[in-house]
Amino acid sequence: MKNPTQVLEERKDSILQKSFCSGNGRGISCEKESVSGSVSQRACVYCGARVVLNPITDAYHIVHGPIGCASYTWDIRGSLSSGSDLYRNSFSTDLRETDIVFGGEKKLSAAIDELMEKANPKPKVIFVYATCIVGVIGDDIEAVCRKAEEKYGVRVIPVKAPGFSGTKSLGYKLACNAIMQLIEPHRGEFPKVQGVNILGDFNLAGEMWIIKSYLERIGIPVVATITGDASVDQLIKAPSATLNIVQCAGSSTYLANLMEEQMGIPYIKVSFFGVEDTTSSLIRTAEALGNPEAIRKAKEFTAEESRKAIPFLEKYKPRLKGKKAAIYVGGGFKAISLIRQFNELGIETVVVGTQTGKKEDYEIIETLVNEDTVILDDANPAELEYFMTEKKADILVGGVKERPLAYKLGIAFCDHNHERKHALAGFEGIVNFTEEIDQSINSPVWQYLGER
Amino acid sequence: MLDLTPKEVAERKALRINPCKTCQPVGAMYCALGVHKCMPHSHGSQGCCSYHRTVLSRHFKEPAIASSSSFTEGASVFGGRSNINTSVKNVFDLYDPDIMAVHTTCLSETIGDDLTSYIMDMDLPEGKYVVHTNTPSYVGSHINGFYNMMMGFMSYLTKKTGTSNGKAAIFPGWVNPGDTRELKRIAELMKVPYIMFPDHSGVMDAPMTGKYEYYPKGGTTIPEIEALGDCDHVFGLGDIISVEPVEFMEKKYKVPGTLLPMPVGVAATDAFIMALREFSKTEIPYALEEERGQLVDLLLDCTQYSYQKKAAIFGDPDIIIGMTALALEMGMIPKYVITGTPKEEFTRKVKAMLEAYGVEDCIVKANADLFELHQWIKNEPVDVLIGSSYGKQIAKAEDIPFVRAGFPVLDRYGGPLMPTVGYRGAIRYVEKIINALMDRIDRDSADEDFDVVM
Repeated sequence: MKNPTQVLEERKDSILQKSFCSGNGRGISCEKESVSGSVSQRACVYCGARVVLNPITDAYHIVHGPIGCASYTWDIRGSLSSGSDLYRNSFSTDLRETDIVFGGEKKLSAAIDELMEKANPKPKVIFVYATCIVGVIGDDIEAVCRKAEEKYGVRVIPVKAPGFSGTKSLGYKLACNAIMQLIEPHRGEFPKVQGVNILGDFNLAGEMWIIKSYLERIGIPVVATITGDASVDQLIKAPSATLNIVQCAGSSTYLANLMEEQMGIPYIKVSFFGVEDTTSSLIRTAEALGNPEAIRKAKEFTAEESRKAIPFLEKYKPRLKGKKAAIYVGGGFKAISLIRQFNELGIETVVVGTQTGKKEDYEIIETLVNEDTVILDDANPAELEYFMTEKKADILVGGVKERPLAYKLGIAFCDHNHERKHALAGFEGIVNFTEEIDQSINSPVWQYLGER
Repeated sequence: MLDLTPKEVAERKALRINPCKTCQPVGAMYCALGVHKCMPHSHGSQGCCSYHRTVLSRHFKEPAIASSSSFTEGASVFGGRSNINTSVKNVFDLYDPDIMAVHTTCLSETIGDDLTSYIMDMDLPEGKYVVHTNTPSYVGSHINGFYNMMMGFMSYLTKKTGTSNGKAAIFPGWVNPGDTRELKRIAELMKVPYIMFPDHSGVMDAPMTGKYEYYPKGGTTIPEIEALGDCDHVFGLGDIISVEPVEFMEKKYKVPGTLLPMPVGVAATDAFIMALREFSKTEIPYALEEERGQLVDLLLDCTQYSYQKKAAIFGDPDIIIGMTALALEMGMIPKYVITGTPKEEFTRKVKAMLEAYGVEDCIVKANADLFELHQWIKNEPVDVLIGSSYGKQIAKAEDIPFVRAGFPVLDRYGGPLMPTVGYRGAIRYVEKIINALMDRIDRDSADEDFDVVM
């Protein structure tokens, strides 16, 4: 950075330190568009919509736009499937110059026709994503989708997600609306079940399977998983659940609200990262269902697992003693869990930031961290670098773009995003997370770095 | 995995499935990263910039810095002038590059942003530069973006003073930093004073120092780009990707050019070295003769395992032409050769190579995708698949040995540090290909056929 203490004027309200409050008394500034010319780590509206819908395993996801948006999101995010692999293919209209001049509607219709005529298995649902220029060139994708629905009798749901129309969070909302369009017509079709839908887990490294197995173990049926390892047949049963539990609040609280308003399904926010949050989430889920048997089992199960976790964590604590962590993740709720998880390991969190955290998330974060911890919204690499160096962080938890940044600074790294290769959720996740933190912090490679 | 791909091939006109290309802007971003102290800038929505940085980071396992105009609803209606102005101010204030290389996106192109006039009106800090190129995502592929950005730099910076600097310009095309290092080594052995443009060595393979440098030591410098016009000759490597930049040098700066295939394999490397010899009038040093001899020796040693083996090769045009050449030199049959980039020149060149070797019944296609490649393989299998990481799904579904080459390789480490070009690069790839074939023989051998000596 030109001047290491310099932060863009427009960004000052997005950075907070409890002991030096940003001074305007309004708390952190967040949920805003990024500043032009700052190297934001954020993606766009389309990206937000795509990451939420992509894990629906037996859907055809057609990207209507030039090829890039389809290429970059082909087989992303490591959501695992127990059934179809359809979602791991990339479908697009690959718009060319003539389509831009004459409009892309015909090509989209033709693409849907080609899919319907030749696709095997036959589509149950097609999501059509409109990217940046589709609106600009005046394509009416809603009309194309409507006509295709009539012609083929299959759900063809438009997701109008031009990248510029807001932040990634707007994309999440569009995805939630698309899910509502898919499931709403099936309200009342299936008998009510004293069970839950799991919202906002995307089954990275099989995490949805872990959460599902815990719930089943304490006697709570899982109706639909939204959207990790989801299938259309399972999703349309979602209205029959009694409760929604929301893991990734950033992406799915909006859907939970819609389902509460329109289907009368209440929700609670949960987090299955770390001993404390996993335990309380399971017990709260059982309590919210008013199921005494499940409450008893949840308490038993979590007590047993926590007991097992203690000697494990104790073993690692000396190896991690005095280490300092920086966190830069997508949503606020995950950041909160991570701070708690680091506390369980005796690691202090010195920098914490999110791409899309909400005001209430930042309020909770403030209560969990020390006086001089730096809190950032939508941080750029310059800020991350500056504050990680200033606060002498030993490890960064982040996503793909942060990994090389951390390594170059000689800081250990843990991917808590799309590139996690083992489950970080639940009690299994505590083991994996701790081992990964240890492996990265205590790697023999660090001894070759620096002073010789 | 991908068992859904049906064997029956049906013609598709509108639907692209499993692409073998991406869009122009990422090419422009990659090109700009090969210029010293340059900040690539994406003039469009934020997602574009984020996606490009992600794919580059995943391939090189390095930070890939770039800024974005972060278009909003307002910009898409009123144009992106204020976004680019704010960006330029913020980038120079905060990140302090010497130069910003702006490329457009489908959005800024479609709304008609006129970057030439925006940039002309800018009040830039002393000694700083902003250059741009147009990279509409709906034209060509990432390959076009790469060479368009080269020409963007040259249009703004390159001068012709009329006094020769005695150097050769070398345009390496879209290669890894390990390749650029190898090309430079060869040029030095051939005593050719050169300007390499762009040059990703020392940037996308920067060493670990414990410091994060936005602008590592490497990259073509601004004075070097300025001096391209005074070069005596330009060598464009990759006779698809370098066509336009070489023509540009010839027309605008009257620098005579030689267009060569990417030097992959014996013949293409020979051609490059002969061209350099022509320039420097130097005898080929023994070091290179020796490497060539080693490569030919290796080809001969393993010919019994490579001869008549069928390969499917896919990816970007120039590297795929190179890999096809190498496969032919190994005595293999390049059964399917495709690129996603819509350039018919590719098809002509590959077909001519096949003809020269008398190899028949192969399918060569530009503007193709991996779904159809997979379908062809289902109908007539191959012995080895060569291409980017996106081939791994086909390799797994069809149980075919797989050799990673080209861009992007997202699932292996160390590749970008190593050469594909030159005799050494060919030796490396012959080893990779032959090992893949022979590992497969071992795997499939019955106990009685399983042999320690092969």
